[in-house]
Amino acid sequence: MDNLLTTQQMALFVARGFLRFDALVPESINDTVLAAIEAGGEQDGLLIQDSEVHSYSPGTPLSECYVDQPALRQLLDLPSVRGIIQSLVGRDPLFDHHAIHHCPPNQKTAQYIHADSIIDTRTNFDIQLMYYPHEITERMGGTRYVPGSHFRRVNEMAIARYQNIKGQQHVVCPAGTLLVMHHGIWHGGGRNQTENHRYMFKIRLNATEKQVKLWNISDLDEKSVGPKAIFDPDAYLHRDRVQTIFELPEKWFPMDESRLEIVNRIKLWRHLVGDESFDSHYWLSRLENNN
Amino acid sequence: MKQRQIVMVLYSRSSALDSEVVGWATYDGTGKTFHHPGGQDEPPYNTGLEAMLDGWRVIQISQLVPPYPGTEYSTSFLPFEIVLEQLVEVE
Repeated sequence: MDNLLTTQQMALFVARGFLRFDALVPESINDTVLAAIEAGGEQDGLLIQDSEVHSYSPGTPLSECYVDQPALRQLLDLPSVRGIIQSLVGRDPLFDHHAIHHCPPNQKTAQYIHADSIIDTRTNFDIQLMYYPHEITERMGGTRYVPGSHFRRVNEMAIARYQNIKGQQHVVCPAGTLLVMHHGIWHGGGRNQTENHRYMFKIRLNATEKQVKLWNISDLDEKSVGPKAIFDPDAYLHRDRVQTIFELPEKWFPMDESRLEIVNRIKLWRHLVGDESFDSHYWLSRLENNN
Repeated sequence: MKQRQIVMVLYSRSSALDSEVVGWATYDGTGKTFHHPGGQDEPPYNTGLEAMLDGWRVIQISQLVPPYPGTEYSTSFLPFEIVLEQLVEVE
């Protein structure tokens, strides 16, 4: 399959907890979805009931969902979207839930920052597809999220006190953009300061197969070169290599936890490549030397 | 004259009060300003010490707590919190 993610994209997802694809979804689907959301009821391609898209039982195979809502089925069947989903959670993941996130005009405040669902200690992960069927301008206050926050074990809104975190991102994007997130990432809806309604449609998916080497691994050996000794200049030169990506901290990482976050990345990568000997620099190998 | 409290919470990159601020929040007890989540991409002060030099009073800093056994490699909340206040006279 040509549309699977690359090793570099997978490493970035592991390190930062998201991948963003601007204007991925064609205009025809965006227009249909947006028109249906705005109109409500049974529209061309979507079933809207009480301002929400008709749902399915959690745990339903994704292939069985949206057959009655062709606009969303077309979105999920785009080769690029299928490739993203397959690379992260396999060929036929389970539908967990979906929701239209609606921000009305002239909001006075924004949603608190939070991690979705409840505290989640798994290594395997769910993904959330956040689909923006229309352009999001800066004043529309698109989704706010904190890169690299996905490994931090917090329970939902416990972090609401954190109004701002250095490096926080605000989704400003063209129509048809897809933001793909690890389930643990800290995020919140932005404040819509315009006269227009803002919509985002989210789908959460669960893996049904081991998340091992599901992406295009043809470049895995080339991109995973190491471990290199810490302070070896060569270890930091190649920004497309897995180990180099894992060594790059986010702006907000506490000084004493940057290396713990590298350990978190290494552990998830070990899970994804099915290789418990994988390391970046020597962070885990050192601790695993029991001699 | 009555007094009201403005509370500012800073999160620094280390336990040192003069290390870089990476998270922040302000709650204004006078009701004159409102700080909504995500409303400010740059911190009001670069360090906790900078805020102190500007007149903010530190009322609490995080304790240094060793990790619980088994959680040594886990990360969670931002660990280094500095709570500061200003007392402001209101009508």
